[in-house]
Amino acid sequence: QDNRISIWSAGDLGNAGLNGEYNGEPRLLCDIQHNGDVMDMQFLDQERIVVASSTGTVTIFRHHQNNQTLSANHRWEKAHYHVDQDTSCGGAACTGVVCNNPEIVSVGEDGRINLFRADQKDAVRTIDNADSSTLHAVTFLRTTEILTVNSIGQLKIWDLRQQRNEPSQIFSLAGDRVPLHCVDRHPNQQHIVATGGQDGMLSIWDIRQGTMPVSLLNAHEAEMWEVHFHPSDPDHLFTCSEDGSLWHWDTSTNVSEKPSFLHQGGRSTAYLSHSTINQSVVSAWLSNDPTKDRMEITNLIPNQTLSVNSLDVLGPCLVYGTDAEAIYVNRQLFA
Amino acid sequence: TVPPQVVPGADPSARQLCFAWGPAEVLVCETLFGRAGRSSSRCLSRSPSPSRFWGEGRPGAAARALTGSVTGTGEGAPSSSRVFVVRRDQDIYIQTLRKLFNESHGIFMGLQRSEEELAGKSRKAQLVQVSKTYRSVIRACMEDMHQAAVSTRDPALQGQYSTQVSILSAMELIWNLCEILFVEAAAAGPLLLRLLDWVRLHVCDVDSMVREVLSSESPSKHKLFWNVVDVFVLQGRMDEARHLLSKEASANPTSMNMYKILDDLMKKMPAPSLGNTQTLTELELKWQHWHEECQRYLQDGTFASNPHMESICKILLGDEDAILEKKELMTTWYHFLVTRLLYSHPTVKPLELRFYAQSSMDLFLGGDSSPEPLDMILMAAFEFEMHQVIKECSIVLSNWWFVAHLTDLLDHCKLLQSHNLYFGSNMREFLLLEYASGLFSHHSLWQLGVDYFDHCPEYGRVYLELHIERIPLSTEQKALKVLRICEQRQMHEQVRSICKIMAMKALRNNRLGSALSWSIRAKDAAFATLISDRFLKDYCERGCFSDLDLIDNLGPSMLLSDRLTFLGKYREFHRLYGEKRFPEAARLLLTLMTAHIAPCSFWMTLLTDALPLLEQKEVIFSAEQTYELMRCLEDLTAGNPDKQKFQDDDVETTKVEMLRLALARNLARVIVKEGTVEGS
Repeated sequence: QDNRISIWSAGDLGNAGLNGEYNGEPRLLCDIQHNGDVMDMQFLDQERIVVASSTGTVTIFRHHQNNQTLSANHRWEKAHYHVDQDTSCGGAACTGVVCNNPEIVSVGEDGRINLFRADQKDAVRTIDNADSSTLHAVTFLRTTEILTVNSIGQLKIWDLRQQRNEPSQIFSLAGDRVPLHCVDRHPNQQHIVATGGQDGMLSIWDIRQGTMPVSLLNAHEAEMWEVHFHPSDPDHLFTCSEDGSLWHWDTSTNVSEKPSFLHQGGRSTAYLSHSTINQSVVSAWLSNDPTKDRMEITNLIPNQTLSVNSLDVLGPCLVYGTDAEAIYVNRQLFA
Repeated sequence: TVPPQVVPGADPSARQLCFAWGPAEVLVCETLFGRAGRSSSRCLSRSPSPSRFWGEGRPGAAARALTGSVTGTGEGAPSSSRVFVVRRDQDIYIQTLRKLFNESHGIFMGLQRSEEELAGKSRKAQLVQVSKTYRSVIRACMEDMHQAAVSTRDPALQGQYSTQVSILSAMELIWNLCEILFVEAAAAGPLLLRLLDWVRLHVCDVDSMVREVLSSESPSKHKLFWNVVDVFVLQGRMDEARHLLSKEASANPTSMNMYKILDDLMKKMPAPSLGNTQTLTELELKWQHWHEECQRYLQDGTFASNPHMESICKILLGDEDAILEKKELMTTWYHFLVTRLLYSHPTVKPLELRFYAQSSMDLFLGGDSSPEPLDMILMAAFEFEMHQVIKECSIVLSNWWFVAHLTDLLDHCKLLQSHNLYFGSNMREFLLLEYASGLFSHHSLWQLGVDYFDHCPEYGRVYLELHIERIPLSTEQKALKVLRICEQRQMHEQVRSICKIMAMKALRNNRLGSALSWSIRAKDAAFATLISDRFLKDYCERGCFSDLDLIDNLGPSMLLSDRLTFLGKYREFHRLYGEKRFPEAARLLLTLMTAHIAPCSFWMTLLTDALPLLEQKEVIFSAEQTYELMRCLEDLTAGNPDKQKFQDDDVETTKVEMLRLALARNLARVIVKEGTVEGS
């Protein structure tokens, strides 16, 4: 098997043609061989990328921009393994990594959580058997707290400052313990968390209250592999699935639905504006009845065939990859 | 007849070979057993389908047909034991061809889903578009392959890439012709135009020469000038020919008169047009007149002083010898065919092509060389023998990709009669099955194969069922993908089997939560029971539960198996006890036994758990409940009269004694308590 990490240039952002279409196809800049399947990856900083492998290894690659090469900078082998590290013949897949320079957290099929620092050879902290099932994804809740999701439908908060190896809070879905595959936190409002399940369901959680999701949205027809809030425009959410679709969830239409008295002049505006602004900003994702608030949902893929495994979004750009061995770049997301 | 080729390295004359068939490959191994004297050879070609393996002599390439022969080797000398995996379809491992497989999969799916309601012209246009898309994918792949050949430094790789480029080029050539003749079914008139385009696109050996002359300072002085003019004329590129001639004319005023006449003839040449502005009869009439005019000029000796121009005039008249003189400029017999048609039968009908094709090939090759496989395929196409085309391509090409997709397209054009092969499925399905089976031996391209199987109505499902269980499940994500495919197609057996495999793996790695998760997915009660037993065993051994996060959060999945329910409830009992909610705990404990949720083997443990409750200061169990407990104890001890071990085990007897005592004491206390009137 020849798996590679590749860096592509998707063309200049400022180089749009007359109709705003981008010119040219993505060009391959450099690539490097990778051992095992790439399960997850994230940029640590401008130059370094952390990659999770199906062999259980976590690797930092450095992209040298001056001569356009990639090199392996640091490797934590057997970060994830089954049973006994010395005798196990194969590692356990590392299923997710998340970075907050210089800290890196990894989770895997062995139910283990590792905390690394980019400059340190060994793991800073390892929570063995953090979970009795597979941990599918991890993300930072705050700088010292992480969120994990597992294959028995639980969302757990871990406080890394504490030495005990127990989660500080456990949330779970109501009915069947459907495995959760992905998790993301609202960029601005840290109590809002979105997760995607094996049945394609999107769940929105308010972790300040209760142990169950605030809303369950029937989305895809198969596993939801990734969910992402737009980093600068969090009224927009993106999910991709095994069923080959990529959905854009848009609650920004609520903005125009703000009560009209906000636009009027007069004393009433000053009095009411504060509370109503809070309310309308909060209600976007946490409202119990999404149909009332007119969330717009669009499938961004016209002819879907094979699974969309991964996506990422930044500014007006959306990039996603499919099982048909194709990468798609959309530079005009909000046009 | 097929010459047998032996798998390199396996020597059937020296050792006995044994083999086993897999879904996509053959395992061959040498054995130590040698039998003196006997020799027999078996031809191991796979039946019933006449599929073949072929490779290109690369190491480990598949053999055409396996011949295992058993000959005497004396006493079975020790051999280095090797197992050969003989696999078809080496092509799927070529990196640059993956684009071809992936993109064509998309086109294939689009075609299967396309609207069949569109009839007539719009449907035909749609199919032609699909055909063009396939071809553009082939060309894109050719381009990538060419880039790879140019940029690699390894000569072996370079050779391989170059070979692939020429194979792809031949495929595109054949496909293009099939598109013209079968998919578009061009009628007389447009047929010639299409064939001209086809020739111009594919005969490119002369391109460099053309470029050289055109870019030189004074083209008419270039020694290859007339060659290029001839090329243009032979390919029917009149405007370009006239443009070049004008340069010659301006450089050479003496031949101005000749030039003017020739230019005029070339300008006036009637040709079929796509726009339906004239009928075939009109065209033929005009053409006849024009032909006669050319004839006159030639016979008058107008061009006698300039042999180049004279030869051009002869070509215009369709003079076969004149055209044949330019053999090197045409390079192929099909170029010759099209030129001939252009200048002698421009209104040729599709069904007339076969005669011209045969004679063109004979004249062109002239007995110097025999036709190559490519020539035979093209000939079959000109003869409208679709099945022959497919058959020949199958033999020559090392991969089913081409024939599978082409046949599927032709089938959508409703051109293939259901040509039943003797084991029941038709040709389209057969080819698709073979192609998809080949994909399944690839660690990643198997996903494409699934969709192809879906569109084989007769055997697709069976093939899929067989293949899908053999995909190596190296990560959970891969297993999930396979499971999703099975679930979408209601392949319940495979779902159960895959979930069991994953659950067992998890169990062995002590990932009890994962194992449970897989059991839930498969709704596998038996496995859930197994997992619960494992938990309970752990509890009995260690005295505490492992993986509380799992057991405490079982939710409705608890109901999957009785044992799992018991586990959940038992844990709940412990929780209630820990929270000092003794009456509820007591009630739960009793229910576990009386409702037979608890397995009999666990009753002793439960009763022992009841002890601290019985010994509490305040009375917890009611009289009713105490009687129940006593009954349970008696059931337990009385139930095994022949279990001597039970009687002899001191610990056990002590426990039973203590329980009896505690129960009796509790009964006494509760009778008093219940008998007492409160208050007053």
